[in-house]
Amino acid sequence: MAIMTTIGIWVAAFFTLCIFSFLYKDNPFYKFAEQVFVGLSAAYWLVYIIYSIMIPNLFAKLSSDFSGNLILLIPAALGVMMLMRIHPKTEWISRYPISIMIGTTAGISMLRYMKSDILQQVTATMINPFASGSVPVIIGNLLLIIGTICGVYFFYFSKKQEGISKWPSKVGIWFLMVSFGATFGYTVMARISLLIGRLEFLLGDWLHIIK
Amino acid sequence: MKKSLPLIFAFLVGFVVLLSEFIPHRPFNQIVSTLEGWFMIISGFAILLGQISLIRMNTYKIIHKVPNWQYNLAGLISFALMLSFGLLWGMRETPGILGHGEGITAWLGLKPFDYLFENAYLPLSATLFSLLAFFIASAAYRAFIIRGLESNLLMITAIIVIIGRTSIGTMLTGWLPESLSFWHIPNLADYIMEFPNTAAQRAILISAGLGIVGSSLRIILGIERTYLGGGK
Amino acid sequence: MKMNILIERRIIFTVLFIAVALPLIFPIGWKTEVSGYTQMVYDLIESTPDGKVGIISFDYDPSTMTELQPMGEAMIEHAFKRNQKVILTALWPMGVQMAEQALETVLKEYPDKKRGVDYVNLGYKVGGMVTIQAMGRSLSEVFPTDSRNTPYSEIPMLDGITRLRDIAWISSLSSGVPGLKEWMMVARDSHDVPVTGGCTAVSAPGFFPYVNEQRQLTGLLGGLKAASEYETLLGRLGSATAKMDSQSIAHLLILVFIALGNIKAYTTKRRKG
Repeated sequence: MAIMTTIGIWVAAFFTLCIFSFLYKDNPFYKFAEQVFVGLSAAYWLVYIIYSIMIPNLFAKLSSDFSGNLILLIPAALGVMMLMRIHPKTEWISRYPISIMIGTTAGISMLRYMKSDILQQVTATMINPFASGSVPVIIGNLLLIIGTICGVYFFYFSKKQEGISKWPSKVGIWFLMVSFGATFGYTVMARISLLIGRLEFLLGDWLHIIK
Repeated sequence: MKKSLPLIFAFLVGFVVLLSEFIPHRPFNQIVSTLEGWFMIISGFAILLGQISLIRMNTYKIIHKVPNWQYNLAGLISFALMLSFGLLWGMRETPGILGHGEGITAWLGLKPFDYLFENAYLPLSATLFSLLAFFIASAAYRAFIIRGLESNLLMITAIIVIIGRTSIGTMLTGWLPESLSFWHIPNLADYIMEFPNTAAQRAILISAGLGIVGSSLRIILGIERTYLGGGK
Repeated sequence: MKMNILIERRIIFTVLFIAVALPLIFPIGWKTEVSGYTQMVYDLIESTPDGKVGIISFDYDPSTMTELQPMGEAMIEHAFKRNQKVILTALWPMGVQMAEQALETVLKEYPDKKRGVDYVNLGYKVGGMVTIQAMGRSLSEVFPTDSRNTPYSEIPMLDGITRLRDIAWISSLSSGVPGLKEWMMVARDSHDVPVTGGCTAVSAPGFFPYVNEQRQLTGLLGGLKAASEYETLLGRLGSATAKMDSQSIAHLLILVFIALGNIKAYTTKRRKG
């Protein structure tokens, strides 16, 4: 077991270095590792779909109580119809399951986005900016209200924004720039974190330089 | 007919889902509940479709010996290995066709599927994304240049956030008295995130939300039909 | 002499590599401050009574595990510390493995906790928002068994837990779609269950608007820094805290790169007149 664990770590280190080799230039090791990744990833999804969805939510229910779960034959049939997409001549059959999935998603998305991203967000902006006693918070609340309104105005593309009407749009851009700057800062943080994780593996688990 | 019937289905399904939100009683809630269950199963088949398509594409490249077909072969072999390990002995707590494979698990230290996951998939996935650290460093050097008011705003905010979200920010201005705590860099970074950033992101959310509501309505009403494929 | 762009790039890569590696080999031990967003997440679990059941959804894969795995470990530990029970689940298939890894780490310190009694892994489910909506009606319909194939009705800790409303809090550790946003939209805005969680730093700015007076999200852990803050609150020297020195040095280096890039652009512009 210990030897297999060690071999496993060496395999992991090999694949890590294969990917890092791309930093020098594209090469056969990177291409090999990339394809292995695609293969493993696809098989992983498939195994989980079989063991987490197909078996417990479909086949196990049908095998334990077939007559009671007869209705499950409909999604099973729709699923098989989905697979017909593989062949150009039978592709049209897959439109039925797709239309049911798209219809369900559209209905649910419409309701959820309307509530969470529109109504709740508008409500969260309708605040009394002067409710707080602290000056920075009052300024912050004012920035929040002005920034949101001007930002939404900027995204209104149906009418050309010129003259005085271009100013709210300009303010909106300033707020967006501040947000993009913050996003860049956070992106730096995220990317560096990922690198730290890999170096920790190489220096720790593989080379044992760090504990 | 091949197109209009699916459009009618999409309309009916979408309409019932909408209706059940306002009339959360029988039969609407039951229909939607059934649809949700179906959705999961059909999604499973949709993913299966993706895998079949991938195998087909790889096999085609190998059979026709297109340039670099050897890499596709490596991909296909790793696919077959992972799939058979998973199906035979399962993963983690889940048993496979041959049960938990105690013998092979004792030898490897992990189930074969988990062994491949930990020692091949995990390092590959994590390292592929960690490459982005190098590219963002390169981008910071080459593209993050001051040009005007807007780029200045972007730059200043980025710098405050980059410093503020580390221990360096804490050390740099940690000595400031309580009355000036607003200017303490981590506090300043939090302030930016809480107010101006939230304002801009909220504007994006509201605008995108309106777009999603609009396109959902177009799908339900059958105006948007590109998802059916095949042009007009 | 003009430096070749390719060589310039390789110098940047090498310097970054060294800057990240050195603090890992020689730790500095810098302290971090806890932000209000992290405190809110901590307070939600801390204030939940003993015996209640929470959900932790592992909605990520190994590509972002450096940021999100420490959050998962810390949250499971926090729930165990407060004698709460946890349901682990995943909207991403790789999340199941991440959940089991996090459990293994925490169980070393809590060997008395039992599967099915104190925690359960219900595994992966496809479908994102639609599936969460289905959980709102019936958890056992979505999860007929746990990852060990034990039927839902035979899992002791799930006795009396039939739908999302029976859950005390939900935490999604999310690196994309489906994830935290979908949990918030359905579980919080539709079923009124407190939702909290963590996300990668890249997506954090987009989640801050949800931490509002409506409490769409109860706090937010954004990236490795927030994970280390959570570990600080728990009094746990976890993997996130150990990595923060490297993170700080690398940030400093990025600032140096920005400065050098601007100096170079300025001098080039002046030379051109």
